[in-house]
Amino acid sequence: MALALLCLPALLHAQDLQTLLQSHQKVIIKPSRKSVGPALDALVASGLPSIPAFLEHWQGKEVYNRKEDGLFFYARKAQGGFELVDVDTGEVVGTADAKALKQIKPNGGVRKEIASKLVQFQLSDPDIERRIAALVSITQKPGANQLAPLTASIEGETDPTLKLRKIKLANYLTARFGETTDQRVAAIEGIAKDLSVDGRAVLSQILQTQRIASETAPDANIAKQLQIGKDVTVEDAYALLVAQNGYTAKLSANDIRVALEANVIDGKVGGFSVLKLDSLAERHAAYDALADAGTVPERMTTVAMIAAVEAHGFYDVYDEKDAAVTDAALKAQSAVQTRVGVNQFFDISLDAISLASIYFLAAVGLAITFGVMGVINMAHGEFIMMGAYTGYVVQQFIPNYTASLIVALPLAFAVTFAAGVAMERLVIRWLYNRPLETLLATFGISVALQQLAKNIFGTQARPLTSPGWLDGAWIINDVVQISYIRIAIFVLALMFLGLLLFILKKTRLGLEVRAVTQNPRMASSMGINPDKIKMMTFGLGSGIAGIAGVAIGLFAKVTSEMGSDYIVQSFMTVVVGGVGNVWGTLAGAFMIGTFQKGVEWLNPSNTLAAQTYMILFIILFIQFRPKGIIALKGRAAGD
Amino acid sequence: MIKFTKTLTSAAALTVAASAAMAADCDVKVGVLHSLSGTMAISETTLKDTMLMLVEQQNAKGGVLGCQIEPVVVDPASDWPLFAEKARELLTTHEVDVIFGNWTSVSRKSVLPVIEELNGLLFYPVQYEGEESSKNVFYTGAAPNQQAIPAVDYFLEELGVEKFALLGTDYVYPRTTNNILEQYLQDNGIAADDIFVNYTPFGHSDWATIVADVVALGEDGKSVGVISTINGDANIGFYKELAAAGISADDIPVVAFSVGEEELSGLDTSNLVGHLAAWNYFQSAETESNADFIDAWKAYAGDERVTNDPMEAHYIGFNMWVNAVEAAGTTDVDAVRTAMYGQEFPNLTGGTAVMLENHHLAKPVLIGEIQADGQFDIISKTEEVPGDAWTDFLPASAVLKSDWKELGCGMYNTETNSCVQIKSNY
Amino acid sequence: MRKSFIAENPSVLWFLFCLGLFTLGVTVLAEATGAGIISTSFVKTLGKVLCLCLVAIAMDVVWGYCGILSLGHFAFFGIGGYAVGMWLMYARTEAIVTQSLAERSIPPTAVEVNDAIASQIFGVVGSAEFPLIWAFSHSLALQLLLVVLVPGLLALIFGWLAFRSRVTGVYLSILTQAMTLALALYLFQNDSGLRGNNGLSGLQNIPGFEAVPQSMISMAFFWASAAALGLGYVLFARVLSGKMGSVIRAIRDDEARVRFLGYHVESYKLFIFTLTAIIAGIAGALYYPQAGIINPAEIAPIASIYLAVWVAIGGRGRLYGAVIGTAFVSLLSSWFTGGGAPNVNLGFYTIQWTEWWLVLLGTSFVAVTLFFPGGMGMIFDKLKKDAS
Repeated sequence: MALALLCLPALLHAQDLQTLLQSHQKVIIKPSRKSVGPALDALVASGLPSIPAFLEHWQGKEVYNRKEDGLFFYARKAQGGFELVDVDTGEVVGTADAKALKQIKPNGGVRKEIASKLVQFQLSDPDIERRIAALVSITQKPGANQLAPLTASIEGETDPTLKLRKIKLANYLTARFGETTDQRVAAIEGIAKDLSVDGRAVLSQILQTQRIASETAPDANIAKQLQIGKDVTVEDAYALLVAQNGYTAKLSANDIRVALEANVIDGKVGGFSVLKLDSLAERHAAYDALADAGTVPERMTTVAMIAAVEAHGFYDVYDEKDAAVTDAALKAQSAVQTRVGVNQFFDISLDAISLASIYFLAAVGLAITFGVMGVINMAHGEFIMMGAYTGYVVQQFIPNYTASLIVALPLAFAVTFAAGVAMERLVIRWLYNRPLETLLATFGISVALQQLAKNIFGTQARPLTSPGWLDGAWIINDVVQISYIRIAIFVLALMFLGLLLFILKKTRLGLEVRAVTQNPRMASSMGINPDKIKMMTFGLGSGIAGIAGVAIGLFAKVTSEMGSDYIVQSFMTVVVGGVGNVWGTLAGAFMIGTFQKGVEWLNPSNTLAAQTYMILFIILFIQFRPKGIIALKGRAAGD
Repeated sequence: MIKFTKTLTSAAALTVAASAAMAADCDVKVGVLHSLSGTMAISETTLKDTMLMLVEQQNAKGGVLGCQIEPVVVDPASDWPLFAEKARELLTTHEVDVIFGNWTSVSRKSVLPVIEELNGLLFYPVQYEGEESSKNVFYTGAAPNQQAIPAVDYFLEELGVEKFALLGTDYVYPRTTNNILEQYLQDNGIAADDIFVNYTPFGHSDWATIVADVVALGEDGKSVGVISTINGDANIGFYKELAAAGISADDIPVVAFSVGEEELSGLDTSNLVGHLAAWNYFQSAETESNADFIDAWKAYAGDERVTNDPMEAHYIGFNMWVNAVEAAGTTDVDAVRTAMYGQEFPNLTGGTAVMLENHHLAKPVLIGEIQADGQFDIISKTEEVPGDAWTDFLPASAVLKSDWKELGCGMYNTETNSCVQIKSNY
Repeated sequence: MRKSFIAENPSVLWFLFCLGLFTLGVTVLAEATGAGIISTSFVKTLGKVLCLCLVAIAMDVVWGYCGILSLGHFAFFGIGGYAVGMWLMYARTEAIVTQSLAERSIPPTAVEVNDAIASQIFGVVGSAEFPLIWAFSHSLALQLLLVVLVPGLLALIFGWLAFRSRVTGVYLSILTQAMTLALALYLFQNDSGLRGNNGLSGLQNIPGFEAVPQSMISMAFFWASAAALGLGYVLFARVLSGKMGSVIRAIRDDEARVRFLGYHVESYKLFIFTLTAIIAGIAGALYYPQAGIINPAEIAPIASIYLAVWVAIGGRGRLYGAVIGTAFVSLLSSWFTGGGAPNVNLGFYTIQWTEWWLVLLGTSFVAVTLFFPGGMGMIFDKLKKDAS
């Protein structure tokens, strides 16, 4: 009762929002992109001040319908149910149980329609978020009627970047919907300096064509006359004639068979015995006999088809009538395309570098254990996995992603360093002169570790979330961009390279490592303890794998099988690069990454092929340079 | 509905009467053929648990035909030949009455010859590519027309998408589904040039280039949408890259057919809000039976566990089987199979699922938007769609139909009115 | 000469005797031919184990005797399976298609038959045309020839390239691993024309023998596998005896020295590599009709590593060692993962073997490498020593 009283003043208005909504109740409760238009128009046309707020709530799935009386409210979660807010006054008018309400959920398409209606209210709104939303909506759904309000709002825009964006957008709209040819041509010339997808979209929209067949040259803005056999095949051209000019379609082998089957009389078709109709030529003859008798329509022969095609001209015709505009757009498009091409090449190069740095990161630990010490460690991939799981576990205890990352990186190093040292002490040092058996023993460890990880963490992929400042991408221009996380991995790879070079070349440890790997007996007679050095080196290589694991987990996924995804490629990276040399690993990673991206570029729809070709390439490459890109010479080479 | 209640009451009466007399020599066995180790364990272990829970519940209600049901669990270890071996073992050594199992299409193709040879009965709970109808298999997951086609319709009708990127993992389900979709889109006036298809390996992680390719599709001013049949772990990298490139669901919506509640639990979904998935079931469906099912599941398997579409498929499949056995009065495969046709059982999402003569279900199709909490917000629900074994959108299979009840044939050519084959050709 | 070969290798006779006894035992106990104690599914398992033993002795020859740790022999095994699988699929489908087309009122054209077969085989992977590599699939004889030819040629080319560039040791291992990986990735592609991830399935149904029950077919394959294993064993024992065997063993022990002695090391290695690849292909061709399905996952690098594991556990450098290791580990493996092994309750934790078997296998493998480099074959050596 109290509710009804509260509603009363609103009802006294000749036209209030609630009444208006009630008259469109069905559409508003279950809106669809195609049916929502009239209701939206009516709402906007009413000019009620509460309309923008309603549209925003509607868009945000915050409008509820009370089941008993069909009234609309905004609702907020409150204790024991929902707090109802009146759509006209914005006042709280009561509460309701969740079951008594139906939440209205407009789908993505409807939300776009609503957004586009909201544009006019938002373009000059004091809230910058709303102005941005309006621009986004125009970009997604450009329309002729938005040009005027947009142009009007530029003057009063206070934010400089947004102002630039508005000008750019107004330019796009002018190019398509401007009033005079001069205005449009000028706008199009402006777009020629633009790289964005939206700008290119404007040009393509202007340059849209239809394909028509015509006996005489059509009176239209012709883009191109097509040459048969070169621009279009005879079959396609004839298909166009069938579709547009009412020619009869050529019968397929199946059509002929169906026609013959329908006319079997006493085991004979058109005088031909059915048993003989097991070849196409016989069937054609039988069909022609039927056609002569008038039972079936004439068969369209290839000769007739070619003649029909030759009697016509085939044209691509612009939808846009104004030749000056299409000329300008064509010119602008070719200018844009060249620059887009250059930038795309640049972009894929960045991707290649990024992929190379991931390979490098995964392989750099191996570059030490395998490359420097000559130990094949098949469990290397599992060290990567251990690092990633360490990162995951740390995130369970430290909810702040940045802090957890700072803890996780050294911890991952420590964990895998310890694991590496343990493995070296317990297994590998007994097998130093039996490399093939090291391979098999470490494989056993790899199998055991992988299954252990499954037993502990389950088979489900675990989330390892990067901190907020690594989200998003570095956008150089509209074509070239790369995500921050990939840049971070690249930087990490560079740091490792530097660190390793420093350790190996400038420190005592590095000197001793090189001495031990080149000639352990000589080294030990110089007072170096080779056991200790080997242990430390192995720990270092494993520890680096652990850090790589955190990085890889951040950008991809953490599963018990992630290690095996990288192990074969890592070995190949080291082998291709040249064993015993960190620079070699870098070169190997770079070559593999570039090659793979190159193949992907040539054949973008099949990534698997790129990987296959990459491996074949590696196999061939090793045939010709068995020692890798950067081969050690002399005694260090070991043979 | 009345009929259903009737069956239930009569079944209950029978149970009470029979349980005392027959308890001694009861032998109803249900085989569970889901991988508990290897790559597919991630998805299939959940289904094994679901089956054990359902059997437990049924036994608490008095079992079936007055017998307690004994579940027989084997582990085919994500190894496809092993599926065939284990299926044979279930049917010959353990002599189970029915098998609930399999996830991947290849594993199904592997057990198919064995099941047909030994006349077993398999309930297959996962959405799949269709183009198959075996006498001995009931497909309780979605056929393409129960998931992919409605989702594409939603893209065309509601989102006004004019250009499509079909991204999939390189295996049979995406290949066939995309083939059907390509044809369907072209039939609906989308030019062949406006369909971009890409296949990636299992577990793919390097998505930067592909995402850039998809963004570049927008350069002719058409609105772009992604149909994703990307499988399993690879989704994680894909969605991460989408988020990093700043692509919102408003710019380029993505609808996925293999991403459910379970998969999202490995992801931070705050950047993915608004992207879509199409299924026959979402955990967020607001019905009482669903609430009960979720409660029972959490009590059985743990509080943090989620429910998903294949679980509902097993739920419906198992209950239908129980009812069919009661109706047939025996667990004999042929009798149960005949009793299955026309079986009805309420969906967890509301409405009723019906088992059709082509061994597929009629089920409603739901489309949900991903929310920040890893659940789906259901924004569209269709009427019940009858599952179609042979798609109508590929010329070669448009003429085929499956009807085991009337025609006794799973691959019937309606053009020549003849049965192409009775046993499957795997 | 013949006498001396047997006299030199008494183990060959012993092995053949044991194998014959085993085959006889299984035959007597099997469902189709005897008491019915051994089920059909176990006959299939045993038959498959025999095929694995055959590829394992090939592996042992190439690794244990010649010192080439090939991590790619399962690729050859898989190729053999694919080659025979193509015919099985084609012939089976052809029978179905001709039967269904015969019901039409007009006899089919050759093109129609071909299209119908193609659309049945490739329909599931979204294609309807025969790829070029299926050119011989209509002929059993040609496909059987391919079982031998393709692995042989691939091994010959690969080996020639690799040995010529003196790629040895772990490098060669990694290279062979790369080879299987490339092959597996290639086959995973649907465009490869071998049905991608789905592979070839339903291979247990032999065209022309539809009326024969599976229990009998599996017995036939079991016998064939046993015969192949016996022949393969004799063949390898023969190759490894005499002067040739000595050279091969010498290459394993010191390749450079053999080269300096004037032997053309590369030819010997190439011969062994190719021969073992061919045997692996034959083993695969016998294995997959018993397994029922072949798909690219079978060729993944891990399979070849397991092969090396079996040989090492059995004891490399002894042919019977490879057989023992393979039979022991693969049967144990299916016992553990099949839930046959009882769980161990430790009070605070229950060890379920389905979950812990791989951990046990991995660690026991490390233990074998560290402490028993001779593997299980060492036991026999010890027995022999005690006896003499």
